Amino acid sequence: MSGITPLQADVLAEQRGAAAAPAAPKKRRVGRPRRGLAWQIALYALLLALAAIYIAPFLVQLATSVKTDADAAADPMSLVPNPLTWAAYERLFLNSDFPVWFANSAVVTVFVTAGRVFFNSLAGYALARLRFRGRGVVFAALVAVMAVPTVVLLIPKFLVINQLGIYDSYAGMILPLLVDAAGVFIMKNFFESIPPSVEEQARIDGAGSFRIFWSVVLPMARPALITIVILSFQGSWNELSHFVISTQSPELTTLTKGVASLASGQLSQGSQFPLKLAAAAIMTIPVAVMFFIFQRRIMNASEGAVKE
Amino acid sequence: MLVILGVFLLIPVLMALWVSFSDWSGRGSPLASTVGFVGLDNYAAVTTESGLARRDFGIALRNNAWYVLLVVPLQTALALFLAVLVNRAVLRGRGFFRTAFYFPSVTSSVAITVLWLFLFSTSGAINEVLSWLGINGPNWFNDPSGVLHNLLGVFGVTTGPEVLTGNDFLGVSWWDWAAGPSVAMSAFILMAIFTTSGTFMLLFIAGLQNIGADVEEAAMMDGANAWQRFWRVTLPQLKPTLFTVLTLGLIGTWQVFDQIYTGTQGGPAKTTLTPAYLSYDSAFISQQWGQGAAIAFVLFVIIVAFTILQRWILRDRPVSRRRARQYEVKGGRS
Repeated sequence: MSGITPLQADVLAEQRGAAAAPAAPKKRRVGRPRRGLAWQIALYALLLALAAIYIAPFLVQLATSVKTDADAAADPMSLVPNPLTWAAYERLFLNSDFPVWFANSAVVTVFVTAGRVFFNSLAGYALARLRFRGRGVVFAALVAVMAVPTVVLLIPKFLVINQLGIYDSYAGMILPLLVDAAGVFIMKNFFESIPPSVEEQARIDGAGSFRIFWSVVLPMARPALITIVILSFQGSWNELSHFVISTQSPELTTLTKGVASLASGQLSQGSQFPLKLAAAAIMTIPVAVMFFIFQRRIMNASEGAVKE
Repeated sequence: MLVILGVFLLIPVLMALWVSFSDWSGRGSPLASTVGFVGLDNYAAVTTESGLARRDFGIALRNNAWYVLLVVPLQTALALFLAVLVNRAVLRGRGFFRTAFYFPSVTSSVAITVLWLFLFSTSGAINEVLSWLGINGPNWFNDPSGVLHNLLGVFGVTTGPEVLTGNDFLGVSWWDWAAGPSVAMSAFILMAIFTTSGTFMLLFIAGLQNIGADVEEAAMMDGANAWQRFWRVTLPQLKPTLFTVLTLGLIGTWQVFDQIYTGTQGGPAKTTLTPAYLSYDSAFISQQWGQGAAIAFVLFVIIVAFTILQRWILRDRPVSRRRARQYEVKGGRS
């Protein structure tokens, strides 16, 4: 999604949750009048129906990816493939550029995530603690940048990538994504919540600024760093527009770009929905795994369980 | 790191601003001496001079305006509804429901669009479900007709009054502005609601958790029913969250790009063209860099304007007399 990514919104949720002061008390309604059983049943029926609507598309997707083209067209709602075939997956992995796309996405995601964890925390720390000239200006610029929509930045980004001579290279794909304003903002907020006395002790013991940052403050920042990891992983794995404007050669195609070209008909005659849906499903797996690993964190973020 | 921020974010914007005032053709550096300054020509081409560029921009704005108009209120309302449903402390399987509603938000817009193209294809799942209800579903992504026009067509109205058809704004007649989103765009609208309601649900849950139970209990003691408690007690306290959700929604919906790039590339009959996609298309495909940059900046102004407008509408106001009366104790001193 361009612009505000879902997780950026999560972080806002998190900050809101954190602003809720120490441990927002769990709401427990005392003396609540007993609801009729019918009400309860209606509520659960409604919730289950809604959940079914939200989950069904993904089940249909998985089922269709193991169908034949004819079956997918004839019986689109059926969750039982008839006959079951792995042809779409075989074709993707053995007979197309799909593995290249996957590898590119993985490379970019790993570098961007590692880079963001390092640079965002460094920049956040500098803004939170170090006194230097122009700090106010830098911070104002940061907020201004967060307000500019990504789409508006497409042409500007291309211009700079072109000028620096890194168009159509890994450098052009990775470097511009290494820092994100929202991430710096999160880290800055976190570092400001750490009492300065902690650092003063280290300073008295003779540690320099970077040393304090690296061995004292950064280990304390784990919860915020995990947030950055989730954000960057999802952000760079799902990124499309940046790769559209920074690359053109087939060997640098990422999953998002490749699957998008698949959707508009490359590689296929006819609709070939099983193939396309299989590609989209594989593409969803890494973020889904990430989501289920950090699920508690993502979901609890909204309950103020994480203090930043 | 601040250097990277500057190099990739600040300088580029200034460069693009220059491009939007120039006749750069995409070759060489935009700062070279051969590139001429053309003033506001690029802006004029998309806003005042009648021509294809202006018409395309008008159509794109029309399409996106309907998208914003429908997506923002619906996603906000649905997210709030889901949040209230799953926020009950006594609810069993809260985690499961939250996960189910949130999961679409983590998947990439490309993957979701591919799925949507299948679900909404002519022989797809949506049309099959509609056929169970005896409805002959449309050929979603190939149907350029506006849903409001279709609705009027049911009542036999197929052409608009002269006032609307005869006058235009940005090269698109008022009658066409009022066509509503095309059937193809409606599918994208449903998709946006599907993918974003979970995220905003989390924001609302956070907001709900921050409201202490005491005020609501006091209202309960005063005899307010569940409906009154929600509208008069809970919702006003959710205002900061509502504010965030609406702002994020407005910013997000005004820059639809990934879905259009993956799905329809603006078709059918340009009815899913959006300013964001048009800006990309003008610059990178048609090599009209100046116009592409100009569209991007106009879009930026629109987003800023809407954000300010929304802030102004939702600002804190003194309670009006009519409203205050609703809260007065009835049957007190009369």
